[in-house]
This record gives sequence, structure tokens and C-alpha cells, in this order.
Amino acid sequence: MEILIYGLINSMLLVLMAVGFALAYSVSRVPNFMHGALYVLTGYLAWVFLNRLGLGYVPSVLLSIAIVTLMGWIVYRVAVIRVRGMPVSEIIVTFAISMAVLEFVRWLGLRGATYVLPVFYTKTVILAGVPIDFQRIAAVIVGAAIVLVLWIFTHYTKIGLGLRGIAQNERAALLLGIDSDRAATLALSLGSALAAVAAVTIIPMGNINVAAGYDVLVFAIAVCVCGGLGSWTGTVLAAFIIGFAQTAVVYLVAPHLSIVVALAAIILILIFRPSGLFGRQKELEDRV
Amino acid sequence: MTEQVIRRKERLDRGIKVRSDTVYAVSSWKEIFFLLTPRAGLIIVLLIAPLVVPSLYWQRVICIMGVYALLAIGFDFLAHFVGLVSLGGALFIGVGGYLSGCLNHYVGLPPVLTICIATVGGALICTLILLPSLPLKGVYFAIITFAFPIMIERIIVAANVLGGTDGIPNLDVLSNIWLNQYVILAVVLLSLFGLRRLVNEDVGVVFRGVKDNDQAIRASGLSVTYYKAIAVFLAAMMGCFGGAYLTHLYGWVGTSLFSLDFSVFPLVATVVGGPGTLAGPLIGCMILVPISEMLRAFGALRIVIYSLIMVVFILFWSEGLINWARRKYEQFEHWVKV
Repeated sequence: MEILIYGLINSMLLVLMAVGFALAYSVSRVPNFMHGALYVLTGYLAWVFLNRLGLGYVPSVLLSIAIVTLMGWIVYRVAVIRVRGMPVSEIIVTFAISMAVLEFVRWLGLRGATYVLPVFYTKTVILAGVPIDFQRIAAVIVGAAIVLVLWIFTHYTKIGLGLRGIAQNERAALLLGIDSDRAATLALSLGSALAAVAAVTIIPMGNINVAAGYDVLVFAIAVCVCGGLGSWTGTVLAAFIIGFAQTAVVYLVAPHLSIVVALAAIILILIFRPSGLFGRQKELEDRV
Repeated sequence: MTEQVIRRKERLDRGIKVRSDTVYAVSSWKEIFFLLTPRAGLIIVLLIAPLVVPSLYWQRVICIMGVYALLAIGFDFLAHFVGLVSLGGALFIGVGGYLSGCLNHYVGLPPVLTICIATVGGALICTLILLPSLPLKGVYFAIITFAFPIMIERIIVAANVLGGTDGIPNLDVLSNIWLNQYVILAVVLLSLFGLRRLVNEDVGVVFRGVKDNDQAIRASGLSVTYYKAIAVFLAAMMGCFGGAYLTHLYGWVGTSLFSLDFSVFPLVATVVGGPGTLAGPLIGCMILVPISEMLRAFGALRIVIYSLIMVVFILFWSEGLINWARRKYEQFEHWVKV
């Protein structure tokens, strides 16, 4: 029972972490290796606003989300746009910026367990004999809400449909007057914003640390690669498979292995089914 | 009213460059010197370096520079001649290091033997590990090679095998610092010139075919995976030698051999030095390793600085140092009126 409930929660956390990466990649084809760094940066900024500058909880969280979103926008406009279409350079640029951000935050003194964000609401609920604190339930709700909102956004609004158009066939979308660069900028900013939202929701359960930046990146990549890019069903399903597998392994084998499960999932999927479980848009020739 | 003068830079190849790029028809001493100067200059600088650096500390830095240079040359070879972007420098270093460490600790072989076995055996193991993922391209191969070292490190820590978090201490140390420096420099030069020769041979053409058009290779009746495996084996051999060498330089094996540094630093060195030249990564290492040592006082800020260097280079100067220098050396440039 514990495995079932915590597996569900863990899966939703993975969805939260991965959804921003998936959005940015499927639209702009830029593997946003900054994802984890932005996640940590949001936590750190929120902490600074809250504890150093003494802003209230809501303003500091909103402000940090806004800053991180802006950062996604700036990085695309200043850096990524120059190397667009060269996958290696894209990886190097985003990864280098990510390391710069993470190590800079580390240098500013982000160490130890003192950096925690407050939870939304302190209370523990007992569900079917398993105690769950309110934050985890909130995370599940936020995760589900984000997936729903994104689905509506990409299926029923003009901008969202434009994004999907770019993701499916860039040239055709260009012919129909959709600005590829504007769409990619939007996607990257939105992806960054989603990383920030994930951070605000997830970090209160633990503390902010730099290593989480790399872990979140690995989880996000694992979920996206396994799910097949450009497929919402695939992303969510992969998150659930990996989430439950992780929880089971953590409970039954050893607690340190959760990242190994994610990595093993990437490796197995890429070897046996390179386009992911539900990869439709990604042509196979691109990978194999 | 003054007339606007528009000028452009005209570039002309020097005569010897025009005649041939690879097969040199050398006709005078002047041309021989012209060709030899850059190559001999590099070799001489590397051979003199151990004699002129001020202290034992900097002599060790030279050794480490050699290890990074091996990784960087291997990375450049895989990325720009075979088309496999490998972020797995840490995998090669880790496998080589652990293999030689274990042979030394559990079997009791002397370092000379363990290094040799680890170089070949480690390369075999790495190739076998990466074999299933060889059909992948681009980002996906990069992700896999990036994931492997992290995973092995976590498994070693979690399962507490091979020394767990503490590593294996008290291995045999290669104590002769002069021998250490010259061995690694010799290996670096050997692999640099060896690979340069290799990519200009017939098999080099196949390698570049794998990168540019693997369907053509398949149509010619050659196995793409086979050639990729050979290339990975070569790069892994260099990396594993580096790992085994590091192990016996410090007399210690630990999970830090799988650290991100070994995957990222070769990338930076290649970007700065000049991608696709093989000599570029070596030059990049010769510049960046000492700088990174000098920046050690800044702690974590060091990584910030060289990440930013990397971003600046790739955005604004993507040809790298050596391609720039080569253009200056091999071409006449002058301004002409249009």
C-alpha cells in the first residue's frame, strides 16, 4: 500500500520535473540542459527573498518564478538563438550555463540543510493507513493541474496550437506564418517557468541543494526519453512507470538507487525502443 | 564630399598549401621549415615543459594536463571524425582507474603491468558497455554516455563494493616524477600523431563517412557499428590509460574518478582549442589546465569561470584557437579596395 501511494506521489513529482523540459524540447528542439539549474535557482531565490529581504511568502515565490522565466527568455534570445540547429553546440551552451548557475549558487554558500522553504500547509493526512503530509497531496494536485492546463493550452488556444505546429513540422508552420524563433522563445520561457513551479512545489519537502540540480535534469531527461518526445500521454505514462519502479526499488532494495533506476530506464529504452514508448513525431532516422 | 571606400580582406593560400593539403611536394629547405615549425614547436614545448616549471606541484600539474589532453583528443576524435558526441570521459577514466587499482590491490600485480592491462582491458570493457548504444546519434548518445559514469558511481556507493565511498587506498605509487611526466607526454604525442595519421588513412575516410552519411557506408557493405566500435575502442584506450595512470600517480582509487570534471573539461578544451583538429584539444588543455590550477583559490567559482569561457568561445569564436592560428599561418591576408 505504501508503495502504491508513494509511487503515485513520486510519479506526479516526476511529471512536475519533466513537463517543462518536454515542452521546451518538443517545440524548440533545444535540449534545455539548464532545467535542473533553474529548478535550484528558483529555490535559492525564493529563500533569499523570503529570509534575507523579508518579503512575504507569496511575493517571493512569484518573484522568483518570474525571474527564472525571464532567464529562460534571455538565455534563448542571447545565447541559444546563435547556435540553433547545431545539437552539440546547443547542449554545450545550455549545459555550460547550467553549470555556471549551479556552481555560482554553490559559491554563494548554498550548502547544508539550513536552506528550506516553508510548506504550503502543515498537516498530515492518513490515507488507507499511510500517513501523507499535505505538501505531497498538494504536489499531486499541482502536477495534475499543470498537465490539464497545458493540454488545454496546446489544444485549444491559438498560441498553443502554434507551438504544436512548430513541434510537428517546422517548415510547414513557417509557411503558415508562425514565427519559429518567437515560438521557441516562448517554449523555453514556459519550460523555465514550469521548472520554477516544480521547484516551489517540491523543494518544501526537503532542502535546497546543488546536487538536486543534476538529479532533476537526469530525471527529466529519463522521463522525456522514455515517454517519447512530443507525446503527452507518453510523458505522463513514463513518469508513472519510472515513478513506481523507483519507489519499489527504494522500498525493497536500497534507498540510494532511485537515480540508478532512472538512468537504467534511459539506457534500456534507448537501446530497445529508441523512439520512446509513444514517440510519434520524432522520426526514427534522427536517432538510429 | 568624400567618397566612401569599401574594403574587404583578401585571403590567399601560401604556395605550399595550394599544391597539396596532405601529400607535401616539398621543394626547398624553406618549405620544409615552414611545415616543420608548428609540429616541432609543439613537441619541443611539451618536452621542455617539465624542465622549466618551478616546483614539484607544477610537475604534477603537467601529469594531470597529460591525462586531460588524452581525454580531449579522444573526445575530438569521436565527435568530429566519427560523429559520436561522447560525454563519457569519466567512464573511461573510471573504468581504467578501477581496473588497474583492483588488479594492484587484489591480485598484487606491479603498476607497469596493471597499467598495460587496464589500458587494453578497460578499453574492451568500455566498448562492450557502450556497444548496445552505438546505433544512437547526437544528443541521445551524449545523454547515454553522460548517464553511465553517474550510474556506476551510484552503484559502487550503494552496493558498497570496490571500497564503496572510501575507495581503495595504499596502492603502489609511481614515484619517479620525471619518468611520470615524460611517459604521459610521450603517450599524448604518440596518440595525437597516431590519430592524425589514422584519420588520413583509408579507414579515416570510412570514419568520416560514418559521421557524414552512414547510409553510404552501409551501402558500401561496411558495418557502421563495427567502425564506431573501433573508434570508441581507440578513444577508450586513451581514456583508460589516463585513468590507470592517475590511479598510480595518487596511489588511490575512489568514486571521484567518475566525477563530472573528466567529462566536461575535455569539452571545454576542445571548444577553446579548436574542434576537429586533434591538436586543438591538446593546445586547449595546455592553456586551460594551468589557468584552472591558478584559479583554484576561487573554489567553486572556478567552474563558473570556465563554463563562461566555454559559452563565450562557442558563441563568438567557434573556430577555436588553432583554426584561427592556422589560417594566419597558412594564408596571406591583406585589405583590398572593392
